[in-house]
Amino acid sequence: MRTDDLIRALAHDRAARFPTPGEALALALVLGFAAAGALFLGLLGPRADFLPALQSGCFLLKFAVTLSLAASAAALALRFAYPAAHSRSLATALWIGPVLLGLGVLFELATVPSADWMARLVGKNAPVCLASIPTFAAPILLALFLALRRGAPTRPRLAGVAAGLAAGGLGAALYAAHCTDDSPLFVLAWYGPAIALVAGAGAWLGPRFLRW
Amino acid sequence: MNEREEEWAALMRAANSGDTAAYEALLRQLATALRAIARAAAARTGGAAETEDVVQETLIAIHLKRHTWIESEPIGPWIRAIVRHKLIDALRRRGRHIHVPLDGLEDKLPAEEEGPSFSRRDLARHLDRLPRRQRDVLQAIALDGHSIRETAGRLAISEGAVRVALHRAVTTLAALMQRALS
Repeated sequence: MRTDDLIRALAHDRAARFPTPGEALALALVLGFAAAGALFLGLLGPRADFLPALQSGCFLLKFAVTLSLAASAAALALRFAYPAAHSRSLATALWIGPVLLGLGVLFELATVPSADWMARLVGKNAPVCLASIPTFAAPILLALFLALRRGAPTRPRLAGVAAGLAAGGLGAALYAAHCTDDSPLFVLAWYGPAIALVAGAGAWLGPRFLRW
Repeated sequence: MNEREEEWAALMRAANSGDTAAYEALLRQLATALRAIARAAAARTGGAAETEDVVQETLIAIHLKRHTWIESEPIGPWIRAIVRHKLIDALRRRGRHIHVPLDGLEDKLPAEEEGPSFSRRDLARHLDRLPRRQRDVLQAIALDGHSIRETAGRLAISEGAVRVALHRAVTTLAALMQRALS
């Protein structure tokens, strides 16, 4: 086939306007989060004292940490959906969640007697936490990958990590509504590895499924 | 942004609002630029035979990813990023490693030069592997130069069906090319 012939074919292929990467990722977040929310309600549900717990700073901090991580990672994933992505300033925003958590940990260490540190770090829900966050993150990660495939990521591994952090952050925010361990020490010790696991999955899947 | 890039951006904007002729003109200009780059790359790696395959693969990629260009942004960096991605990918799959210099992409436009623009192997071979409807439509439009409407008449199917089959043919070709040699 001559290149001129191919060009004629391409020029006539004007059928559908594709959604922009922003539209595709927004849709993926909505659908993925809806699926994850259904899983959450079916498997765990919010903790019994959810409404009174909203008065607790430590309880709210879990959402501030996980949601700010999810938001900054989603913005980064959107950037990586475009070719030639410049990501430095956005990557800096990824630190907002961890820094918030770090401040929470410092506050916890300063206000709680050291004899209690270990008990708070180990908590009561560690196995459920480690299993739940990746479970809730999975449908979100899948949706984000499908959206990224419509884009043109030239750095598929980083795009995968960003999608993994966004999915892990949202999965963790859902799980946080169930978990009764509110100590920042617990969040650091168990939420952290669970989210890192999802990000690692994104890093592994990115080069495999985001090729084009 | 230089003159050449501004022209490309204008053509792409026109294409996005439905101007087929502008889009065809843009693809032709890009093909010429790509050919020069692919030849330069091939000359350094000793694989001139597949130059046109690489050109065609990259053109299809630009086509399928054109919605990732933001109209308010310069088009040069966007094109260069896609070209670099596809060129490196194509050469890697063919077992070569190469640094691709793209800084002067828009200058690489030898105006009169028109070498043979046949894809030697890949696309011709892939054509045979398309489903029948897709191949018929692709041949009618690309090889015989018919319009969408004429093609619909000749194949006795709706224009919508022609469009769908053509788009599927393009995406199938892209997938076949990617899988080839990988």
